[in-house]
Amino acid sequence: MAAWTRVVSSRATGLGISAFARLVTGVQPRWIGCGPSLTQRIYLANHTSHGDFVLIWSSMPPTLRARTRPVAGSDYWDRGRMRRFIIQDVFNAVLIDREAGAGQGDPIGAMRAALDEGSSLILFPEGTRNTTDEVLLPLKSGIYHLARQRPDVELVPVWIENLNRVLPKGEVIPVPLLCRVSFGAPMRLGESQSKADFLDALRTAMLSLGRSIDPVEP
Amino acid sequence: MTSADPLRNQTLMLFAGLGVVLLVASGIGLALKWRIGFGTPHATIDNLNARIKSWWLLIAVIGGAIAIGKTGTVVLFGFASMLALREFVTISPTRRGDHKALLMAFAVVLPAQYLLVWIEWYGMFTILIPVYAFLFLPIISAL
Repeated sequence: MAAWTRVVSSRATGLGISAFARLVTGVQPRWIGCGPSLTQRIYLANHTSHGDFVLIWSSMPPTLRARTRPVAGSDYWDRGRMRRFIIQDVFNAVLIDREAGAGQGDPIGAMRAALDEGSSLILFPEGTRNTTDEVLLPLKSGIYHLARQRPDVELVPVWIENLNRVLPKGEVIPVPLLCRVSFGAPMRLGESQSKADFLDALRTAMLSLGRSIDPVEP
Repeated sequence: MTSADPLRNQTLMLFAGLGVVLLVASGIGLALKWRIGFGTPHATIDNLNARIKSWWLLIAVIGGAIAIGKTGTVVLFGFASMLALREFVTISPTRRGDHKALLMAFAVVLPAQYLLVWIEWYGMFTILIPVYAFLFLPIISAL
């Protein structure tokens, strides 16, 4: 594929996917704790369906979208021409090896490199799609290590509502339902904060975003 | 076409009347905003102007659909129904097993209903949802 056809088709596909997501879900972004600014951030969201980063991505203004990269598992996405095209050309994701044992591959390093380039990241701290009845799966520790290594980056909790009803596990066609993406107040990792405390605080922030019904819009 | 003429005249007069009312309203909104200064944010006046703008949009969309004719109006109502159904289903307590039935409601029943309206099969479009949809969708849900 010539370079320019790749760029054009990836842009067109991105716009098409984003338009489809907004048409089906009528997604309303709620910037509760912060606004859509170009500060370097890591957006930490709950993960219920493949549409998650499409929805966050579509909720951002185009200037922000261009600098925000989702983090995706290479075990799922690095297969087949279609998936690779979507995850790399359209979404410009950071692919990490989720099954890396200690010392093999370096998922934190890949994310750190993306941050050092100036991108913001979208990360799902649950590590995988939540297909159970629990509201939020236990959070993985990767975000703690990343925040330790890059403490100046803002951490913004994000809550995506209703997407698990639009496209539940095992279904292919989405049902039109209204979804909301709520962006909470940014947090940072304290200097002497322990891993357990930090993950607890993050969990609480995400859950309380999910429970907030009538926020005062900024 | 003689029977269509008075109807057309009445419709045009209706929209002309609406246009005049909206112009007066816009004028008042503009005057109010001018008095306090265009750059000054004022919750009530800004709200009023936003509402008047949405009325303009509403009248324009409905007027456009009526101007296109029957097809335009049916498409507009079909689209509005889809939006309303989506809002309703969002706040209804649904289960995982309802997914296929919900899909059928949006993708089959809704277009079928408006197709029947378009071809003016009165007998069928009045009973499609209360009889057939209410019978078959729960069956699909239970399968």
